[in-house]
Amino acid sequence: MATKILIPTPLRPFTDKKDAVEAEGTTVGELLADLTAKHSGLKAHLYSAEGKLRSFVNIYVNDEDIRYLQKEQTPIKAGDTVSIIPSVAGGAPTAEAPAALPELTRDEIKRYSRHLILPEVGMEGQRRLKAAKVLCIGAGGLGSPVAMYLAAAGVGTIGIVDFDVVDFSNLQRQILHATPDVGRPKLVSAKEKLLAMNPHINVVTHDMALSSENALELFAPYDIIVDGTDNFPTRYLVNDACVLLGKPNAYGSIFRFEGQASVFATKDGPCYRCLYPEPPPPGLVPSCAEGGVLGVLPGVIGCIQATETIKLIIGNGEPLVGRFLIFDALKMKFRELKLQKDPDCPVCGTHPTVTKLIDYEQFCGIHPAAPEPTPSNMTEITSVELKQRLDRGDTLTIVDVREPHEYQINQIHGSLLIPLGDINKRYVELDPSDEIIVQCKVGGRSAKAADFLRSKGFTKVLNLKGGILDWIEKVDPSQPKY
Amino acid sequence: MTKQTLAVDATIDGEIRRHGEETYPHECCGALVGAGNRVTATVALPNTTEEGPRRRFMVRPSDYRVAEQKATELGGDLLGFYHSHPDHPARPSQYDLDHAWPTFAYIIVAVAGNGVPRQSGGAATAGVMTVWYLKEDRSTFEEGELNGN
Repeated sequence: MATKILIPTPLRPFTDKKDAVEAEGTTVGELLADLTAKHSGLKAHLYSAEGKLRSFVNIYVNDEDIRYLQKEQTPIKAGDTVSIIPSVAGGAPTAEAPAALPELTRDEIKRYSRHLILPEVGMEGQRRLKAAKVLCIGAGGLGSPVAMYLAAAGVGTIGIVDFDVVDFSNLQRQILHATPDVGRPKLVSAKEKLLAMNPHINVVTHDMALSSENALELFAPYDIIVDGTDNFPTRYLVNDACVLLGKPNAYGSIFRFEGQASVFATKDGPCYRCLYPEPPPPGLVPSCAEGGVLGVLPGVIGCIQATETIKLIIGNGEPLVGRFLIFDALKMKFRELKLQKDPDCPVCGTHPTVTKLIDYEQFCGIHPAAPEPTPSNMTEITSVELKQRLDRGDTLTIVDVREPHEYQINQIHGSLLIPLGDINKRYVELDPSDEIIVQCKVGGRSAKAADFLRSKGFTKVLNLKGGILDWIEKVDPSQPKY
Repeated sequence: MTKQTLAVDATIDGEIRRHGEETYPHECCGALVGAGNRVTATVALPNTTEEGPRRRFMVRPSDYRVAEQKATELGGDLLGFYHSHPDHPARPSQYDLDHAWPTFAYIIVAVAGNGVPRQSGGAATAGVMTVWYLKEDRSTFEEGELNGN
């Protein structure tokens, strides 16, 4: 019994230019064997060297793809028509194409031997690492362990964006930088350490503040972005830029004793906005500078980010996509939340409303600083003014709204400690007819305390501008800063 | 050995480039319809790859059929396919080679981003365009010559 087989254009040179030929067989497999026996030129194009039908060769019996029937065992009945229909695929070189991967030198083979003997990494995975380009946003708490482990692992190009200089208060956790580096740009210090650790890699430094104007151009040459930022505007900016460019974002964040990690903006995975469509109101979530952070915490979270980055590059394992990891260092517990891609997500959903980078400061409710009113307006007092009034002998009640452990480090002499969290109970200790100066570390928490006191009928409340740090700098340098 | 030539006039050339610029940073794909070695029409097709359109394209069988039908309607033959390489040179990848069909002309156009998001317009510029043919033993591609006349 002969069955008609329709031949697509590109294969017709092998069937004497005919668009249909006949072959015999009771199954698709037999039929194709007979076809390739009669027209031998077809074989190399239909079958791989291992004798399997090539992935882009589609065989239809009448109108059904044999993948959904019984594949090559699909029976052929009298009157059936079999069609060979191409799918056409291709694409630019990627890390997936082994031909495009760089070779390892003898020195590199020696250095990476513990990777090379892991079948999941192996020679190919290590060459992928060498070919990879990863951008770290920030060379601080998270950026330090991320960049160090990626450098040690042999990631060929590590980019770092930062514009800060090393401060003594960084050294408790930012292990890329050491005591002699204080006062040096973090980028200079970082590059030095990474290249000392691994001279085979390329470290690219970007001395700039990340912004909506430069993010897309900056991210473009990189494969993966590692977000180690400490503020919401940059976090949303990094997320949106990653979604718009289709680049994965190995995300991490830390606060006090708790850390979070996930992988956002992969093709089918959720993004940061699927989880948090809107930022929290400004001031609600304090920064690490205000709230503190356990020094080793960014080490734990940064190592998770580095692990995920390496897994994405070698293409092995189960990435932290659609999973949100929460780590509590005090309890030493990890929790995992399932995250789903939100079809209504404003940036990665089916009908995105955010199609280009926006003003993220404004989006997060942070407005550019207004020009400084001089002399200080009715609600604020400067350190120098406060000192003058104290020296004059004015009776002022100074309320320090920081935490007790901060008060132990430094304080304005004679101040009363009422932590912000207690002010709603303890404000009764204060006399509304007194003139009250509220103060914290830099002025954020005390501004909230001042608003609260005014709402309770206090009329003479002034916020110390710049907090105790400003006081120490301008009035009392004998005290330590933190 | 003389190179195979493919005649692509300014209109066709412009259509392919524009398609690549529109879909940037993703790959575009489409069919080439014509007669002999002259392309007379392009058929833009959706990129249905499931491996990330930034580096891959896929014309699924149903769209291949659409392309063949279109060729028949226009009184021509299916001569091959075109696709773009966003931020990559217009040279075939190993992946292109592994997935190539014989006799088809494969046009590749390199498209470079201008560093601005595509929605704001003027996001990308098409550059070098080349054409390639699979060798019959599937060992490699041979570069053809694009002829503007």
